[in-house]
Amino acid sequence: MRDGLGVGLAVGVSGFAYGAAAVTAGLSAAQACMLSLLAFTGASQFALAGVVGGGGGLVAGTLGAVLLGGRNALYGLRLADVLRVRGVRRVLTAHVVIDETTAVATAQPDRASARTGFFTTGLTLYATWNATTLLGALGAARLGDPERYGLDVLGPAVFLALLWPRLTAGRAEARVAAAAAVIAIAATPLLPSGVPVMLAATATLAGFLPTRRRRAEDPQDPQDPADTPDTGGTGGTRGTEAGGGS
Amino acid sequence: MNVWIAVIVTGLGCYALKFGGLVMPQRILDDPRVRRFTELVPVALLTALIAVQTLAADGPSLELDAPRLAGLGAAVGALLLRAPFLVVLAVAAAVAAGLRLAGL
Repeated sequence: MRDGLGVGLAVGVSGFAYGAAAVTAGLSAAQACMLSLLAFTGASQFALAGVVGGGGGLVAGTLGAVLLGGRNALYGLRLADVLRVRGVRRVLTAHVVIDETTAVATAQPDRASARTGFFTTGLTLYATWNATTLLGALGAARLGDPERYGLDVLGPAVFLALLWPRLTAGRAEARVAAAAAVIAIAATPLLPSGVPVMLAATATLAGFLPTRRRRAEDPQDPQDPADTPDTGGTGGTRGTEAGGGS
Repeated sequence: MNVWIAVIVTGLGCYALKFGGLVMPQRILDDPRVRRFTELVPVALLTALIAVQTLAADGPSLELDAPRLAGLGAAVGALLLRAPFLVVLAVAAAVAAGLRLAGL
């Protein structure tokens, strides 16, 4: 229960930060709120707001934001067996399958408390996130320059906090992160905003570099990422950049 | 593309992924490569977002904004000390705001 409250408070504050950031980036208050109601997944919302603020390609920005929501599909896969919902309830339940509800549900010792934790957290967060988005969006106009309060660093800090546990999970993660950073930074001066982040998704290939075990097992597999060394992957990406820029 | 369209498509796309995960047959996770891919894509995207939003100036160029970098550095420090989510955000914003107040 206390976990739930802590999570709720954290989400409330970041909802406020999102609302303020979105309006600062150039979304209207209505657009900021609509995104919270419909998308209800913070990282994607911050990402789209960032692209709008950067005056960049909305198509690529939208794709990037949606791709970022792909992790929720994985949570759904994991939770389906715990929640066991059908019909209309499943349609509604799907909307609150996010980082926080998954974290709470998977931290419970048994299925009953996992379900309780999931739905309590989900309903509370949906209410909190949307209410604080509205407050943040309306408050942003009165704040003045958001950089004065360091609000411009909130977006990256949110992403960093979400990334942290994954980054420390293994070497492949660190390799993917490094490759993604290089691709995104190299592409930023060349391409419309939003596109570099999309391109950086190809850095995922760096996570499939050969491990000794796999190479020994199936050396001839044509799909084996062992055939795509790190440098080759980056080179391939550069090629895509040139094509995308024309 | 109009911002409204981007907002609505992002919303629908994000919902579709959540729903898709719930209804997908569990056995697709049996393939370790699929599982690995779903774990690694967020790592790539989040890192790219951090890099771009930290270094991007207005328009398609890079800039080193000292207070913003310091704020993010402070967030790293807070995470290393296992600070809770909220504290990480507060520390990052406070450091960036403090340095700007100091005229950096």
